[in-house]
Amino acid sequence: MRESLRDRVAIVGAGCSSFGENWTQSSEDMIVEAAFEAYADAGIESPQKQLDAVFCGALYPSRGTAEVAESLKLFDLPITLVQNYCATGTDAFRCAAMSIAAGLYDTVLVVGFDKLKDRGVAGPSVTMTTTRGLPMTPAGWFALCAAKYFETYGAGRLELAKIAVKNHANGTLAPKSMLKKIITTDDVLKARMISWPFGLYDCAAQSDGAAALVLSRAEQARSWRREPVWLKGVSVMLGPNPQSDPDFDFLGWKPTRSAAQDCYRQAGISDPFRQIDVAQVHDCFTLTELLTYEDLGFCARGAAKEFIDSEVFRLGGELPVNTDGGLKSFGHPTGATGVRMLYENTLQLRGEAGARQVPGAAIALSHNIGGAPQACGIVILGRE
Amino acid sequence: MAGISACGVHVPRMRLPLSLIHSPEQRPSSREKAVAGADEDSITMAVAAAGDCLGGYERAVVDHLYLVSTSSYFAEKSAAAIVAKALGLRPDVLTVDYGGSLRGAAAALRAAVSAVASGSAGTVLVVASDTRTAEPYSAMESDLGDAAVALLVEADAPLRLEGDSAVNRQAFDVWRDDGTATLRSWEDRFVVRHGCIEPVTAAWEQLQSASALTPASVRFVACHAPDVRSHRELAGQLGFRGEQVIEPLFGRVGNCGSAFVPLLLAQALERAQPGDRVLTAFAGDGAHLMSWVLERPLERTPRLSEQLQRRIVMRSYRQYLQCRGLDPGQRSGASSDGISATVSYRDQDADIGFVGARCCDCGTEQYPPTRVCYRCFARDRFEPVALARRTGTLLSYSMDYFFPAPNPPVVAGVCALGGSARAYLQLADYAGETLQTGLPVEFVFRRIHHSGGRPAYFWKSRLIAGAAAPALEPGVTTDA
Repeated sequence: MRESLRDRVAIVGAGCSSFGENWTQSSEDMIVEAAFEAYADAGIESPQKQLDAVFCGALYPSRGTAEVAESLKLFDLPITLVQNYCATGTDAFRCAAMSIAAGLYDTVLVVGFDKLKDRGVAGPSVTMTTTRGLPMTPAGWFALCAAKYFETYGAGRLELAKIAVKNHANGTLAPKSMLKKIITTDDVLKARMISWPFGLYDCAAQSDGAAALVLSRAEQARSWRREPVWLKGVSVMLGPNPQSDPDFDFLGWKPTRSAAQDCYRQAGISDPFRQIDVAQVHDCFTLTELLTYEDLGFCARGAAKEFIDSEVFRLGGELPVNTDGGLKSFGHPTGATGVRMLYENTLQLRGEAGARQVPGAAIALSHNIGGAPQACGIVILGRE
Repeated sequence: MAGISACGVHVPRMRLPLSLIHSPEQRPSSREKAVAGADEDSITMAVAAAGDCLGGYERAVVDHLYLVSTSSYFAEKSAAAIVAKALGLRPDVLTVDYGGSLRGAAAALRAAVSAVASGSAGTVLVVASDTRTAEPYSAMESDLGDAAVALLVEADAPLRLEGDSAVNRQAFDVWRDDGTATLRSWEDRFVVRHGCIEPVTAAWEQLQSASALTPASVRFVACHAPDVRSHRELAGQLGFRGEQVIEPLFGRVGNCGSAFVPLLLAQALERAQPGDRVLTAFAGDGAHLMSWVLERPLERTPRLSEQLQRRIVMRSYRQYLQCRGLDPGQRSGASSDGISATVSYRDQDADIGFVGARCCDCGTEQYPPTRVCYRCFARDRFEPVALARRTGTLLSYSMDYFFPAPNPPVVAGVCALGGSARAYLQLADYAGETLQTGLPVEFVFRRIHHSGGRPAYFWKSRLIAGAAAPALEPGVTTDA
């Protein structure tokens, strides 16, 4: 039996810190910035009394739950730290929603954060924990499908470049983004190579950031605000390690396919391209976004090139993707990313996304995938 | 009588043009030296040579493994035990490390012949492997090279050991003390005279007086020497002329230490005919001469010529220095903790042995071995499956310019391991060939890194010769 969380939980408040190389901000500063924006958005005046529990997500926490408790002075509350690769923030949200659906709590705070720039390394660290794994970088992991996909479907670095160009343009419209820079496909193709097929602009930067949400039990959601945003479906799925999976096809990521199926079932989505109005998908590397179009069923397998060329995923297109600029523009403080996407989709569904607003957006999807990659989290939110 | 029945060689593909040592410009130069790649050392080269030697043999036949090297990564710790694990030898194989002496291979061969003659072992694998590092820019640097040779010793072998003779003469001619990366040497004329010519000549006179041997009765002589001039002088002094003298490969490989005379022996065995006598003349704090007779053809001729032809020419002297860890700007990686010794101990069958698992219920092969089957989910129904000697297929690849390496990019990707098992591996000896999925690969044992000051050994994939179109530039710049 797989129950659904559909319409049982609502987002009644959302907040987000500025993302970037926040040299002068600590995780405390960012957590306070995000949480107090969410409090104000929900109308929470006394969080110590009004919140029942906290779920936080961080992949590189220095102190974990205490980082949130001390920053927000939230004591005598259950606080849980969730980790699930790049789906960490999304899974923290899912756990919070489940705790409400289980009948334990009425009002729960979700905080996603990470402070990567305190680690003293310029990029992602090179993993050195086992012999077999070496050397490995995230770029290498996420490039796993590149050669086979390009050979099979004829797409290449130009299509990847167009994704980077789109997301950079969207990022200039998002006040809290890290990179506000218009780029061209030429810039992308001529940038220095990081890990073929990824040049510099094909890769998301590392950054610092925090985002927060206030969730409410459905029955009480309208006591917080007139138009809450409703949870329609949430799914976290693990797939086999694509590096050792004997049945991996190198054309897309299994966990996205299975999480999408589960999430669409909950939300009653049968034609994702038509039914979903706006999507934030994991663009740690440009190819991740391209494969995700197909893994989420936005287009048929192999059709991403055609869809990219016809600009359907741009702002103003039929299904705008990464309206705030995505990981490309915000960077990827791992624990914060999924919650930041939910913040963006909340604004989109409330019609508060300013210059990047998708008119009339009623159904919004957010998606993360991480690890080798093995873990995917998807959330579908709705206006009604 | 006992002798050698198979010979395998490994000449690393990297070649440093000697002209690059003193000039940054690429000049057409016919003179070069063989250099272990950044992921090779005397341990990995020993595995490669032994693999070549054991090509047609069941690994289970080997009873003793004698590893000879003056350049093991370790001053204390058995390199032979690592080589045995990588080769998949039986756990009861006697592993012995011969270190220190440039003529250690002669001692090891002598011991191997005694062992099989006495019946204490049926088959002994002797591997000599050395990387030789001189002070950068020194005169000696051009004459040194890296290589490994493996010799299989059995009771009834085609190349019979007929007799030997040794003298000991300690001298500070060439030496390296513990903790020093580079070799030191005394004045070259002293090195040539008392490190080589005098003891070898003495041992040859001793051998002749104890037997009926004369220079004329010897078909080939494989002779140690510090450089090409002294080699010519020594051969002449011993009484050998012209075709008798096996070309010492200076300007192509270089003096590769304990593997040097075995490498010349391999060259002799490429040409020797039944009935031919081959003299091997080892030197190093004395000399050891061994006289061999080829009773019948070897089952497989050594493949030295083939390996001399497969080359990757280095583009700069700095690339060589980085391969040796001698570049001042290089990140050593030794400062980090490295891989946990307990993890690498537990994982050694998979990591060093490259052993996967086959599900006894559904036949699915998996790498690394797991407890539960990927396909039928049966628990603990696995048998080990050796993957190292298979050929595989490149299923995906990326070219990483981010990972620190002497010669980026580092190519890595998933390979099919000749069945359903797959592994994410680096591509070794990549020389800019045009890559595509589906290319056939073989597997080679390499040193992945030495984080924490401990080498981590693992397997890499390597394109099978001739399978990919060679290209001047990797596909990275042309794809758009």
